[in-house]
Amino acid sequence: MGRLPKWNEMQEGFITNTLSESINKTGTWRTFKPIIDHSRCTKCGWCVIYCPEPCISFESSGDGKVVIDYDFCKGCGICAEECPIKCIDMVMEE
Amino acid sequence: MPFKNLKEIIVRQDFFSPGHGLCAGCGAAQIARIVMKIAGKNSIMINATGCLEVSTTTYPWTAWKVPYIHVAFENAAAVASGIRAAYDALIMKKKLDKDVNVVVLAGDGGTADIGLQALSGAFERGDRIVYICYDNEAYMNTGIQRSGATPYDAWTTTSPAGQKTLKKDLMGIAIAHRVKYAATATISYLLDAANKVEKALSISGPSFIHWLQPCTIGWRYDPKLTVKLSRLAVKTGLWPLYEHYDGFNKLTVQVPRRTPVLEYLKLQGRFRHIMDNQEELAKIQSYADELATKFGLGPVTE
Repeated sequence: MGRLPKWNEMQEGFITNTLSESINKTGTWRTFKPIIDHSRCTKCGWCVIYCPEPCISFESSGDGKVVIDYDFCKGCGICAEECPIKCIDMVMEE
Repeated sequence: MPFKNLKEIIVRQDFFSPGHGLCAGCGAAQIARIVMKIAGKNSIMINATGCLEVSTTTYPWTAWKVPYIHVAFENAAAVASGIRAAYDALIMKKKLDKDVNVVVLAGDGGTADIGLQALSGAFERGDRIVYICYDNEAYMNTGIQRSGATPYDAWTTTSPAGQKTLKKDLMGIAIAHRVKYAATATISYLLDAANKVEKALSISGPSFIHWLQPCTIGWRYDPKLTVKLSRLAVKTGLWPLYEHYDGFNKLTVQVPRRTPVLEYLKLQGRFRHIMDNQEELAKIQSYADELATKFGLGPVTE
């Protein structure tokens, strides 16, 4: 990224670049990594809706299994705590 | 049409992107996400200063996929009124044919303390805005100072021996302004919350949602407990989920058997100093009982 305009160089009603925060890979913050046991997952979607990032989603292709985007997952563990059948394990990041 | 299950909300597009700088397990991110899912593309987000603002819009990036404006603590509601008036004028002059949702997200400091006069003005003028207060019960962004919404006996850096006054009744203030719609919500009952946002957006006047949001740093607990704590707040009766519409209060989530408040308090480090103090615990329990009687919740069962 080049040099950014300073506050006194901005015009009135300046619109910041449409660059999304998604450029920050917050996955590096993580200590524990959630791993889904797909053989037991019922695809209820609780982890998808409770993820604050949001970085858990249903796969759009294939059988629509639940996937975690580890680029952004901060490892808070809400998905593992809220999973009704406890099929998400938090394992120490290597 | 109210939502009947969570799947209907999940399939909606996200207008809040990952990669923002909010803490792991932060409830504010979840509130922003759900509100944007319901409000959709055709909305303008006004954000008062707070955690949500500083961490989702670090220059030159933004986590919002909708028009977004950041204003000072004091004037989020006033800015929303202005935007509403501008759009109303454009629609009246037939220069626009589509209406927008004007949504304000402000913290408890920006609502209960600093932004109260602007909010009161917006309520009194009857501007069609949705004001959502995400209440983490202190000034978490600046370093956990007490606010008007800090509950009784909670530790903060400026109330080291515990807050000695009760939480400000924001819903009472909103209802006293005769707003058409006011509701309480929390992040564990998302279907209930989503329906409340949907209803607030459809009201032709000001509407207010008071949204409890556990804060992992300020409440001193493990990040994974965010949703569990907000659920316990409802189950103990300390956070009754109700809505005020057409002059009547209606309970939306009934709690047939309440959990003792100790279950909720012992998970939080900010109440650690009263864990052995039966007198203070009894005071908080009696406050919960008072709320339960007011809203018709069930009795306490171990």
